[in-house]
Amino acid sequence: MTPASEAGRTAGAHDDFDRVAGPGGHPERAARFAADAARAHWHDQALWFVRVKRDRAASALADWEELREAASAVKAHTRSRLADYLEEFERNARAKGAVVHFARDAEEHNRIVHAILAERGVTRLVKSKSMLTEECGLNPYLEARGIEVVDTDLGERIVQLAHEPPSHIVLPAIHRKKEEIGDLFHDKLGTPAGLADPKLLTEAARGHLRERFLAAQAGLTGVNFAVAETGGVVVCTNEGNADMGTHLPPLHIACMGVEKLVPRMKDLAIFLRLLARSATGQPVTTYTSHFHGPREGGELHLVVVDNGRSELLADPDHRRALACIRCGACMNTCPVFRRSGGYSYGWTVPGPIGSILASGRDAAAHRSLPFASSLCGSCSDVCPVKIDLHEQLLERRREVANRGLLPWPKRLGMQLLSVVLRVTWLYALAGWLARVALRRLPRSILYAPANVWGRHRELPAPPRESFRAAYRRMKGGADGHGR
Amino acid sequence: MGTVDSRRTILDALRRASPPAAPLPEPPRGARLPADPVAAFSEAVAAVGGTAVRVAAAALPEAVRELAAKLGAKRTFVGPAGAGVGDVRLDALADPHELEGIDLAVVQGVFGVTENGAVWVDTRPLGKHRGVFVIAQHLALVVPATELVANFHEAYDRLSFEGAGFGLFIAGPSKTADIEQSLVIGAHGARSCTVFVVG
Repeated sequence: MTPASEAGRTAGAHDDFDRVAGPGGHPERAARFAADAARAHWHDQALWFVRVKRDRAASALADWEELREAASAVKAHTRSRLADYLEEFERNARAKGAVVHFARDAEEHNRIVHAILAERGVTRLVKSKSMLTEECGLNPYLEARGIEVVDTDLGERIVQLAHEPPSHIVLPAIHRKKEEIGDLFHDKLGTPAGLADPKLLTEAARGHLRERFLAAQAGLTGVNFAVAETGGVVVCTNEGNADMGTHLPPLHIACMGVEKLVPRMKDLAIFLRLLARSATGQPVTTYTSHFHGPREGGELHLVVVDNGRSELLADPDHRRALACIRCGACMNTCPVFRRSGGYSYGWTVPGPIGSILASGRDAAAHRSLPFASSLCGSCSDVCPVKIDLHEQLLERRREVANRGLLPWPKRLGMQLLSVVLRVTWLYALAGWLARVALRRLPRSILYAPANVWGRHRELPAPPRESFRAAYRRMKGGADGHGR
Repeated sequence: MGTVDSRRTILDALRRASPPAAPLPEPPRGARLPADPVAAFSEAVAAVGGTAVRVAAAALPEAVRELAAKLGAKRTFVGPAGAGVGDVRLDALADPHELEGIDLAVVQGVFGVTENGAVWVDTRPLGKHRGVFVIAQHLALVVPATELVANFHEAYDRLSFEGAGFGLFIAGPSKTADIEQSLVIGAHGARSCTVFVVG
């Protein structure tokens, strides 16, 4: 496959989001999501529930802030010597019998995985969660070449059966109601019509997927952490699907971005204490699996992927985003994400961290994403590795503006504001005009379509006088207080 | 082979992009081991959906038999020495796929973590059948009461990965909340997780 057809595939990935969320940027898609107010409220509450669980789990640890500091520092150190650690990891992984592959981009990643499978005649692959393979579009690539790919995380299987992308990195089917999943399972797995009990639906999926696990010729997993010192990779799941998928067939392929490296085994303790608490409010995931080398008589292939990460590392404003451990806490807490849904972002990783990563890939295509934020800073507060998410979002806005990618009403408005705020008499005049306009003009003009801000909000009641006038008057009336 | 070039390209790109040096800190140490480690550990196991059972070493085989009877387990694998005898012998199985159908697997744990209820399992003695802990319908882990650590920092002090091998922390039974955030026990792996704290 040539790079050109890869570009075609990436466009295909965008089509996925067009299909599930309609065309447009974040505001248009968010508006469609929010149009169903009851559903948007339900989605908001579901994610807030996770946020509350996260708070409880975080506050149970007296050294939470110390852990976040340490995690952030370990990641900063690792970034400063990433190539060295990658070489150390490769050396140690090879010494333990793993085969290490390197992929510059998504296309090469897909080609490598396919070659490994094709050489061994594999036509049935089970996968556990990997946002990297979502990013690379691995599933359609393999399916087009005759390999059946079964996503085995329950949430991922749900969206796979529904031909949808995941809407959240930890909770892929959080946008789906249990009745809808019941209908889907009735259609695809033959469960009784109307069955919507999560317990029974999970049981049906267990039976369905166990057959796939037993029939699979290879298992593919993502990687949560890769340890340079030992050459091992760590995979965390609650369901046990990574283990079901890798201990039965003789071939295990694990795909990882270069940013998954940590220097030492003992660094795992820091991140593992933070990860599950931040993601779902659990003290730890059920299975925290440490793979060092292949199984007796089996093969372990590690595919290490760059795909834009070295470029991000070179960017002093945004390289800290590489610290992300994909817990999803920034999504669960984000007032915009909760009310607009994962699909509104139109990219594999949604939410605050996704907006930073996506606009780094393609500023023009994702120009609306840095604005999908109230800049309230809640994301930065919950981030277990202390990424300054809201500040980076602000920086991304600056980049969008500097590239001339702002929509014209905003650009014009900003330019106008910049002049008005610099010239005292213009500012005073504008204030006077606004007070008069708010008092005199009819609603039909005040709330004309150009007033985007007023679409869902009431403009404030105009004050009698400006602040400056009030200040001058009060200072005059009560002299001696001022200085 | 393009992969060799890619390796060089990626390493060079990462070197060129390297930010200024930053120090590597020592991890924090976390809280100390509680005064009653077994009680704290048992509570943590319950919090992750498992059941901890304190049992004297001599009573372990009987406790395992009772558990198997309670679960209605027909095929049982018992790994740890001193836990009794199961009816499945791993060395009699030609292929890991034959693990399917085991109702209860009893597996040796190395130590437990009081902060989160996790048990470290070293699967090297299980050879190619290392996946028995996830394929069996129910799981029981055996941990000596003296082998409890406070948290993951202390846990990794005890671990080393010198050679090849697979090990993992197991905290409770397999679970999912992927349908409307409803917690369901028994997603793909064990439907229940009993931890025998021995001694």
